[in-house]
Amino acid sequence: MLEQLSDKVKQELREWTERMVGPERKERLQALARTGNEYGVDPFGFNLDYSLSALAPFFWLYRNYHRVETFGVEKVPKGRVLLISNHSGQLPMDGAMIGVALLLEADPPRAIRSMVEKWVPSLPYVSTFMARVGQIVGTPENCRRLLESDEAILVFPEGVRGLGKLWPQRYQLQDFGLGFMRLALETDTPIVPIAVVGAEEQSPALVDVKPMAKLLGFPSFPLTVTGLPLPLPTKYRIYFGDPLHFTGRADDEDSELDKKVRTVKTAIQGMLNQGLKERQGVFW
Amino acid sequence: MNQDPSKRPAVVITGISGNLGRALAKVLHKHERIIGIDRRPFVGRPKDIEMHQLDLRKKKAEDVFRKNDIRAVIHMGIMHDPRMSEEEHHSFNVVGTTRLLEYCARYKVPKVVVLSSANVYGPSPDNSNFLTEDAPLMAASRFSGVRDLIEVDMLAHGFFWKHPHIQTVILRPVHIVGPTIKNAPSNYLRLNRPWVLAGFDPMVQLIHVDDVARAMVEAALRPEPKGVYNVVGPGEVPLSSIHRELGHSAIPVPHPVARPLLGLLFKYRLANFPPPELDHIQFLCNVDGSRWRKDVDWTPRFSMRDTIRSVIGE
Repeated sequence: MLEQLSDKVKQELREWTERMVGPERKERLQALARTGNEYGVDPFGFNLDYSLSALAPFFWLYRNYHRVETFGVEKVPKGRVLLISNHSGQLPMDGAMIGVALLLEADPPRAIRSMVEKWVPSLPYVSTFMARVGQIVGTPENCRRLLESDEAILVFPEGVRGLGKLWPQRYQLQDFGLGFMRLALETDTPIVPIAVVGAEEQSPALVDVKPMAKLLGFPSFPLTVTGLPLPLPTKYRIYFGDPLHFTGRADDEDSELDKKVRTVKTAIQGMLNQGLKERQGVFW
Repeated sequence: MNQDPSKRPAVVITGISGNLGRALAKVLHKHERIIGIDRRPFVGRPKDIEMHQLDLRKKKAEDVFRKNDIRAVIHMGIMHDPRMSEEEHHSFNVVGTTRLLEYCARYKVPKVVVLSSANVYGPSPDNSNFLTEDAPLMAASRFSGVRDLIEVDMLAHGFFWKHPHIQTVILRPVHIVGPTIKNAPSNYLRLNRPWVLAGFDPMVQLIHVDDVARAMVEAALRPEPKGVYNVVGPGEVPLSSIHRELGHSAIPVPHPVARPLLGLLFKYRLANFPPPELDHIQFLCNVDGSRWRKDVDWTPRFSMRDTIRSVIGE
């Protein structure tokens, strides 16, 4: 019973996706099914079939709610690449929108992986959803393995510090972790800086109720204007920068790595400032 | 070669009377002289297998080593019974393994294969998707009942370093399933209405018992393998796909309820799975088998579908 119902919902969602993306893009998305086994999943649990259904609401949000505009998506090189972006918005909608952008706008479409927080696998439903749409727990081993098989990996070096940003800190990049730079050096991977403009206003939060976060085991518990951290229909602009190549030792001192990381951070901040200057308003 | 066939170098198999042991004996006895050691009787023993029904902890076990020329030992006399007292469990597994390794060193057995398990890493929400052989053995941090299995693995590991002239191989296969196998994963997959944890559907790895038997033969007879190996079967698949394949209608239980409830059921003997086993249907514990694949040119014989269906005897 339940299975039939879920199959029906899946089918409906699938058709919704197909209507939104059009027949030509649909074919090209279908071609992404590459490493699946007889049960339709790749070794990491990514399932294209499931994804094309489950992502329908995100395609809708991309087109009609956040009305995402992308700039320079063609700069993302083929083969292994680390996509490094600012992070904000209480809910990781920025990650979803970057992922959808590469499915809908990139040529050929690219199914990216993002590195999710270690607490995600302990959340029911969310953990399954994330795994089936290709998202991976952010351990260095996972990242290395995927880069070695030439995948595109999205990393938010601000992590939860970025996600839980409060209103006064919007568009100010928080501390970047150094892990991504080590992996880039180790696996000789180019870095594409990304700036997402629009997400930082989607759920304005004024306070982080830390005791509540602790109680629930969440990384933060922001109180937003809307009560829940539901995103407002802000207009998204996603800027892709030129690929940056770094050389050096992966096991170098933190201070050396930090210099390289600052180059990436500067590139992102530059695009953020540019984007903020260019836009006429938060919602349009 | 006029050698007496009853005196050629033998392969000693501990735990031979179990289902896995019998599968191994069946593959091996046509080519090799086998000596089996087990506390339990070997039901349906082929005539050419010499059997010693005894406990490894007893002095008599040493006679087997003193009186025979032994070319390899395959140690799988390791008990996994959640109902057994922890003390007895620990003594049988750890003391038994210690004694066995002593005999191997004393009588200069050239090859020692110890069957461990990929479970020693332990399922956990922060596991990487594929654990390599150097990952820490964390299973006991969430499930103290598996402490002695980790100890056995580490004893073998220590032995590997201490005796460079002996080729020690430690195999850590993923969940072993098969028509006659009665371990926790096979028993679980035989339930018609198995529990699943609502909203969790981890990728799992299974391996067919006959593939494990083949892996142990490779480990014992080939010269290349040395050290620790994860052994993976046909790959990984979501738990839900396995239930679908077997035609099960799983019961989703919210995870905060499942643990205390299973605890009660286990206590009153209404279920045979201790609550920490739930981690295996909630979190990842998958391993990278590429080292084994490369070193011995390994490919499993059983496809994913055949491996899954083997639990119901197909």
